[in-house]
Amino acid sequence: MIPALLAIFSCQLAGEAIARALSLPLPGPVLGMVLMVLALVLSPRLAALVQPVAQGILSHMSLLFVPAGAGVVGHIATLGADGVPVFLALLGSTVLAIAAGALTFAGVARLIGSRDDD
Amino acid sequence: MMTDFAEIWTYLSRAPLLWLTATLAAYAIGNTLFIAAGRRPIANPVLIAVAILAPLLWLTGTPYATYFEGAQFVHFLLGPATVCLALPLWQNLPRVRKAALPMLAALVAGSTTAVASALGIAWMLGLQGGMLASLAPKSATAPVAIGISEAIGGSPTLTAVLVILTGIIGAVVATPLLNLLGLKDWRARGFSVGVAAHGIGTARALQVHPTAGAFAGLGMGLNAVLTAFIAPAILGLFH
Repeated sequence: MIPALLAIFSCQLAGEAIARALSLPLPGPVLGMVLMVLALVLSPRLAALVQPVAQGILSHMSLLFVPAGAGVVGHIATLGADGVPVFLALLGSTVLAIAAGALTFAGVARLIGSRDDD
Repeated sequence: MMTDFAEIWTYLSRAPLLWLTATLAAYAIGNTLFIAAGRRPIANPVLIAVAILAPLLWLTGTPYATYFEGAQFVHFLLGPATVCLALPLWQNLPRVRKAALPMLAALVAGSTTAVASALGIAWMLGLQGGMLASLAPKSATAPVAIGISEAIGGSPTLTAVLVILTGIIGAVVATPLLNLLGLKDWRARGFSVGVAAHGIGTARALQVHPTAGAFAGLGMGLNAVLTAFIAPAILGLFH
């Protein structure tokens, strides 16, 4: 567990440092994810090491959003009269964005014959 | 008896353990109900946990800052969890490479639609100024969205709230919406949810299918980059 956490934290730390140093429009953890993929490509043995911890964290990724979610409730009241239009904008745009993204993906995949075979 | 309770409460409510435990308990209840409801998206575990915690904080008069002293240990793991998304991504690398073109097209379509339609709807309903700026980056992952919001004249706090709400909405609507559209490709389903609803959408995708989870993580990461460029540009059209 310690080597796995060390590998994960190191990637995040390196990601944070690089993102800050080059002022990239990317959060450190996302860059850390890219670094971890690179590390896995270079050394596939790393996967067995990281797998159990990563599996454990990812299977309950929803939990990690609870603290931020609990903070949202107090702020909704401050929206006042803007609450309804804001909610409609969020709902409408999320539905449209998911539909647009998924339909485009499926359409282009069909066009170039990229099927998902596994 | 009453003073004892008050004393114990005063002691516990100042220590991080109480609210850390409450956060885990609320999530455990949420997750149990989610499974009991046949993993239906409306029984979203985050939504249930928040619905338990928010009244609890209000009833006990606990300021959010006090709550967060305990909850921060859970919150902290968001970064490492994002790094862990590398694993399903790496396992799906050959399929990701084959799907480069559909992904790029879906990224541009999803990301542009998210920003433009949010601003369009908000503008038609009479919202303006700082509210539009706070709304523009809401589909990107929180740290990126907050940075963009600050740069284009929005309120970072408000954007953080809108980001979380977007994620929960995405996690709840994705499955019925994609079923309605008749899309069975897990790559398309996961990727579009990651683009539109960042980490919370990705967490939902991981619950549904590992391929969807891998592509969702990728969609979230790519959208963080693209939103930084298109949100200011599209917002400019509404001034």
